[in-house]
Amino acid sequence: MSLDRAARERLVRGLAGSVIEHADELTRLDQAIGDGDHGLNMKRGFEAVVATLPDLADKSLPEMLKAIGMTLVMKVGGASGPLVGTFFMELGKALPEQPSRADLVGATEKAIDAVKARGRSEAGQKTLLDVLVPVHAVLAGGGDARAIASEAVQAADRTTPMLATRGRASFLGERSIGHMDPGSRSASLLIGAAIETLELEVNR
Amino acid sequence: MSSSGPGNVGIVIVSHSPKIAEGAADMVRQMVGDAVPLAWTGGDVDGGLGTNVAGILKAIETAWSPAGVAILVDLGGAETNSEMAVEMLPEGRRARVLVCNAPVVEGAVIAATESSGGSSLAAVKRSAEEFYA
Repeated sequence: MSLDRAARERLVRGLAGSVIEHADELTRLDQAIGDGDHGLNMKRGFEAVVATLPDLADKSLPEMLKAIGMTLVMKVGGASGPLVGTFFMELGKALPEQPSRADLVGATEKAIDAVKARGRSEAGQKTLLDVLVPVHAVLAGGGDARAIASEAVQAADRTTPMLATRGRASFLGERSIGHMDPGSRSASLLIGAAIETLELEVNR
Repeated sequence: MSSSGPGNVGIVIVSHSPKIAEGAADMVRQMVGDAVPLAWTGGDVDGGLGTNVAGILKAIETAWSPAGVAILVDLGGAETNSEMAVEMLPEGRRARVLVCNAPVVEGAVIAATESSGGSSLAAVKRSAEEFYA
């Protein structure tokens, strides 16, 4: 897979747009079981990322991902900043400039491990890992773009009946059940946007 | 009960609320005066409730001591952002900054009191964590 400068810019705008357009929804989800700042925080972070265009897209894919991660770490705030920022930074560190599918599988696994370490968390605790881990399994298992995007949506849905045992929602105990995890939703949106952009590139 | 101030372990207070962070710092100053390097930070980059890495890095710089810095945090994001900030420090400083698993207000006062007696970073962290364990 090779992304030229224009494609890298489309990828950035696609990622940012997915979160910014759904900021209100993310806020509503977070108001139900958290502190209600997830939409605003993610919007602020991705607006800051977009503000680094067009220079951002001049960088190679790995360098661009690292820069996105650093901006998110510095601007998002909340636990999401370090978690989502770490994912992008580690992905950038692990990916070559023109990654194969196997490179993508390996690099996303490393990035997910880094998120686990940063949050001292595993899948099953009602966090973004409950989207990242199953989506990675579909990617590693050879799933096509549609299967990956569909798993991202379904995995976020599956957090609704889960009991939160990590993050602010864990304070609510049983009352966290019945609400979708906002971090899973934003991860799902980002994956959906990435798949959409990359699929267009493959079919271009 | 203060020894040579600049040589004592520094204390950084990180809260989602700048008012809590500042108030806790006031309580620390009341206890140890200027014997301990001290800094606080709170709020997101827009001034709302939250924490941010840049603010934490600046506070670590302000409270820097050759003996190290102990960070006291409130809820989840404060801890995650503090750990992120520590990793972003120059390599030589990274091992000399520890995030304490202690209540932010009580922990800050206990940690600062321990520090003001000239204790090591490990001892300062242990005091803050053991008091409420």
